[in-house]
Amino acid sequence: MGDPVTLIGKWLENLFFGWGLSAGLVSLIMAVVGVVVIASVVLVLDIFLVWVERKIVARFQDRLGPNRLGPFGLVQPIADVIKLLIKEDILPKGADRFVYNLAPILALATVLLLWAVLPLSSTIYGTNLNVGVLYIVAVGAISTLGIIMAGWASNNKYALLGAFRTVAQMVSYEVPMVIAMLVPVILARSMGLKDIVDAQRIWFLFIAPLPALIFLITSIAELGRAPFDLTEAESEIVAGYHIEYTGMKFGLFYAGELLHALTVGGIISTLFLGGWRGPGAETYPILGVFYFFIKAFFLYWVIMWVKYSLPRIRIDHMLNLNWKFLTPLSLAILIVTAILDKILPRSSEAIYALGMLAANVVVGWITLQLLRLNVRSERKRVAEPKPVAQPETSVAAVTSQTSSSSS
Amino acid sequence: MTALQVIFLITAVGTLGSALMVVITRNLVHAALWLVAALFGVAVIFVQLNAGFLAIAQVVIYIGAIAILMIFAIMLTRRVAQDAGPQTNPNWAWAFLVAAVLFGGLTWLLSAWSGFSTPMPEISSRADPLRQLGQALVSPNAYVLPFEVASVLLVTALIGAIMIAWDRKSG
Amino acid sequence: MLNDWLFIGIFLVLAPLFPALALIVPRIIAPRKPNPLKSETYECGIETVGNTWVQFRVQFYIYALVFLIFDVELVFLFPWAAAFDQLPLFAVVEGVLFLLILLAGLVYAWRKGALEWA
Repeated sequence: MGDPVTLIGKWLENLFFGWGLSAGLVSLIMAVVGVVVIASVVLVLDIFLVWVERKIVARFQDRLGPNRLGPFGLVQPIADVIKLLIKEDILPKGADRFVYNLAPILALATVLLLWAVLPLSSTIYGTNLNVGVLYIVAVGAISTLGIIMAGWASNNKYALLGAFRTVAQMVSYEVPMVIAMLVPVILARSMGLKDIVDAQRIWFLFIAPLPALIFLITSIAELGRAPFDLTEAESEIVAGYHIEYTGMKFGLFYAGELLHALTVGGIISTLFLGGWRGPGAETYPILGVFYFFIKAFFLYWVIMWVKYSLPRIRIDHMLNLNWKFLTPLSLAILIVTAILDKILPRSSEAIYALGMLAANVVVGWITLQLLRLNVRSERKRVAEPKPVAQPETSVAAVTSQTSSSSS
Repeated sequence: MTALQVIFLITAVGTLGSALMVVITRNLVHAALWLVAALFGVAVIFVQLNAGFLAIAQVVIYIGAIAILMIFAIMLTRRVAQDAGPQTNPNWAWAFLVAAVLFGGLTWLLSAWSGFSTPMPEISSRADPLRQLGQALVSPNAYVLPFEVASVLLVTALIGAIMIAWDRKSG
Repeated sequence: MLNDWLFIGIFLVLAPLFPALALIVPRIIAPRKPNPLKSETYECGIETVGNTWVQFRVQFYIYALVFLIFDVELVFLFPWAAAFDQLPLFAVVEGVLFLLILLAGLVYAWRKGALEWA
């Protein structure tokens, strides 16, 4: 009784068998039904996210947010969607029509594709790919391609520049992100997301907090949200790679970004927060779905919290942060985790968990000390006296100089 | 005609068609995008051969890194995306002859091969190719030496590319 | 296992249809009044000057290159990580050696200044 989704699925299957369809066709139809259900649920959630975003940003900024349309402004996103749908579709001069139209489709489709592998509960999941973690990386790679397409097809200098910077940022931050993803794979001995959740009797957040933090930071950078949003810096290059997009095409980019944030929340909760795990989730799978979405929304709130609290960081600071701090740090914690995993006894969960946690804390502390040393040497370098141009102090000195040079 | 064969035919035609469009199209960035389609077709063929990991690795590395690198390289070096030169080479007749002879020779060689009619050995459903690959990569009687040499090769490529592509003075 | 991929394949075919539908609806109900002024390239309200191509810096290419090297390295490491429970300690050390060689490459790039934006 705790699993209505599987019950409905079985009922549908029996219905199709009763119509005399062959087994292969039935599994095909069930797969199509599953895809449509997942995609529809996710898209409805996406529209709801627009409301969540606007209300929460308003609260962060000490104001109310939309509250005119419907109770608490809940009808606002529907009004937004209608507005976007009836806007005129403008094709900029010289734009490449096919690629220009393909880019927003790719932007939303790649986010939808991620939901195929996330386990919503112990029995409700799209598919348990044995390469689930790498699948997430692959889909991210395709979305990066979509951004270049958007920037190039717009026939606009600023869009192209924005697209290059966005892709440079996304591509750079993928390295520590994938390294941080390797840690749950090592801890769970499998790349399948369902197996990773099944292995989290203790949440991986408590065993490997440092990779979780690194994954959170790099995911925020991958999303292109503040403080890493220089790529859509409104005051600098207007809107980056989606300058020339209007109406629903822009809506797809915007909705795709919000949905991507929620999906990232779902991925982090799957990899580090135990996914659908919670009290009673094994016996009542529907509770698992509930826990999963609570965790995903909590992380979405954390991502928004970071966005509305921190200023934008400069591109050279951002790239230095990635290549000179996050990449060596994530490599270090990966090496430490890998070696410790073989040294610590797997039989005793408490010792294993505490040992890993201690290692994370030690690596974090060493990193902080190194940062302090670095800051000290930076301060010394900045405080050094440098030659400063001196203005001429008297008119007499100037006139004597000019007369001596002319004579 | 099983479903797998139908899917394979569609994928093969798609891949070959995309590869053909890479060389035919006039717009260079379009050619890069057709190449992405061809690489994706190869990934789908890997899936049909039960090599899921290789398919995903193909998408991650080829489409996610190499295709982006190529597009960057195109935009770095070409001022104009349209290729203004003629599409065909004056020697195209000779090239066609050589290609036809090669194709005929390969077909003749392969027609005598018995591998087309022997059934493929069954992979037991219990075997996990991913884990076996992982073990093989680090096991001393398997591929650990190529594994380590691969890392040295990657570092060499990195050093070489930085030396060529980046000049400290011009920055 | 092929069933898993069939699901992904169906998803790949159907997922672009949803945003495509969202794009087809405006084509039907939105006004179309093309106007040369409306389709001008946007440059903060002024007319565009010069070619659309910007001579962009080689630094973008260097970042993509370093990413490529690390990407290939990480793809090699995934099977190693997935088979972790069947690996003895020295196999783990071999993997760590692989990582350290690539860390040396990163340090080289860092010292050469190839990772600087300016």
